[in-house]
Amino acid sequence: MPARGSPGVHGDGTATVPTGYVARPAPEVPLEHLDQLWFQVTGTICNLRCTHCFISCAPDNHTFEFLSLEEVREWLVRSATWGVKEYYFTGGEPFMHVDLPAMLAETLERGPATVLTNGTLLPERALAPITRAARASRYSLEIRVSIDGPSAETNDPIRGEGTFERALDGVRTLLDAGFLPIITATQVWEPARDEDVRREFLARLREIGYARPRLKILPSLRIGREALRARGYADDERVTEEMLADYDRRQLLCATSRVITSRGVYACPILIDSPAARLGSTLEQADRPVRLEESACHTCWLHGAICTNHGGIGRDVT
Amino acid sequence: MSPERPDRVAPAVGAAEPARPLATAPARARRNGASPSASSTARAPNGDGARVTRLAVFGGVYSNHLALAAAIEDARARGADALYCLGDLGAFGPHPDRVFPLLVDAGVTVIRGNYDDSIARGLDDCRCGYTDPRDNHFARLSYRYTFANTSERWRRWMGELPESLRLEIGGRRILLCHGSPRQTNEFLWESTTSTQFLGWLADEHEADVILATHTGLHWQRAVPSSAGARLFANVGVLGRPANDGTPRVWYALLDVPESPAVPATVDFVPVDYDHERLAAEMLDEGLPEEFVETIVTGWWTTCLEVLPARERSRGRF
Repeated sequence: MPARGSPGVHGDGTATVPTGYVARPAPEVPLEHLDQLWFQVTGTICNLRCTHCFISCAPDNHTFEFLSLEEVREWLVRSATWGVKEYYFTGGEPFMHVDLPAMLAETLERGPATVLTNGTLLPERALAPITRAARASRYSLEIRVSIDGPSAETNDPIRGEGTFERALDGVRTLLDAGFLPIITATQVWEPARDEDVRREFLARLREIGYARPRLKILPSLRIGREALRARGYADDERVTEEMLADYDRRQLLCATSRVITSRGVYACPILIDSPAARLGSTLEQADRPVRLEESACHTCWLHGAICTNHGGIGRDVT
Repeated sequence: MSPERPDRVAPAVGAAEPARPLATAPARARRNGASPSASSTARAPNGDGARVTRLAVFGGVYSNHLALAAAIEDARARGADALYCLGDLGAFGPHPDRVFPLLVDAGVTVIRGNYDDSIARGLDDCRCGYTDPRDNHFARLSYRYTFANTSERWRRWMGELPESLRLEIGGRRILLCHGSPRQTNEFLWESTTSTQFLGWLADEHEADVILATHTGLHWQRAVPSSAGARLFANVGVLGRPANDGTPRVWYALLDVPESPAVPATVDFVPVDYDHERLAAEMLDEGLPEEFVETIVTGWWTTCLEVLPARERSRGRF
């Protein structure tokens, strides 16, 4: 295995590593269809500063700025001719945006929507109109709340002091409003503990009154701040053409999604810190193949559908 | 649901003809009157002279041979000109081998679902994509039972079924598929499928009517276009109830008027059948009590992970 810290991928897509072999260009994945349109609605601006954030969001990270209601509206109109199936709102923390309720109301006239939140900011003035819009729509509004583990002991070192209880309060608020939030937990524990963690987590959620908890465990993406917290990727953790043989490419987000940000259209919400993932200023420009040259692509390949609301077969169904 | 139509009685389906793979299925449909060329078999239900071809379309059977038998009888009584099944013949229920003769004897044209594909190819999984361990536990139990109790003959038969089927009736292009026209195991739920996406699917696959199953819940939506309204319907399933607190199961009747000026319509038909007997058979076969509970109560107890918020809210679990 090549040593960590070896030279990265060159501009022509090849990579030279100390063992002497020259890696072949990473495979490309065309946009099969624009199923999901993502809005990086609050950019990289977040009220928290999680130690595992793969795009290093923080209150003062203005690498990506807020999208305006007018911008979102224009993208929604443009997206119609692409036959977009569903919309996702992420950040940063989407509930920091004062226009989130209006954005969701307009989105829910066109299709289903999902909001990814840390659950610590759910003001009544935002949640009340969002709840009304969700009830009025024929489409589902999914709220995904990120909580990393079943206790403050697992969550708070990652997400910040007191965030576990604040997020649980957020879950209670959502339940009271009639939502069935999807709790997403990044696997910040040893994989061998998965089953125990899941059981403890479901029990904790039931304790607070979530009778039929929905829980999705996500792999960690070892880029951004997470590369410093855990470890980065090894040089051989790359997707190759061979790895895509007999692989359902629709499990890779870039085969079915694009992300709208304040700095253009990107291939994937995970890779917005990578200049190569910026595909253009329009959806037309972004309708081109994505080269899976980032190490985080390996995690996406391995687990499959990691950013969607359920499922993911990945490389192996067993 | 569809009204009773006493003037539509004689079923036009062949009594003992096996279902055919894709290459011959349209020809079979024509023989059965599902085509203008055989319009003499079509009924004139409303007394206005407009001929209508009626297709009965069943979704996943999930080894529920009792519901399938009841649905076949019901569809014939409602004057269906041809019977179709959109796949997922096994899973969940008892005695998977009892389903196939019913389909063949009734002349049901069958397409292949993801479950059928997995069983036919000897895959290790149903390809439903569950990640929740509880869902996976039950999915595997069910898959192993179905695989062990499906004979080699019928595995081969399923392997030869087409993935989709196209019909043309009254100038309408009708596309029958399992999950979606583009992907056998795609879930098209009512609350997570935008109308603009359905429009794209219809354009991309050159269809005026698309019928699918796979989710277990029936719904339909008109899909506007400059060329007139198109139609998508998820026909539901016969295999288990629709998570609505009743044991009945559902299928769809597609009525296609011969005149292209008259829209095609879908009516969903509830089927009452001897679900207590099915429950007893399931217990005798050692199938999970959770499955039996669903058959008896009408509430889904397993494989809930894939349900979107709206559909999940309507259920009990």
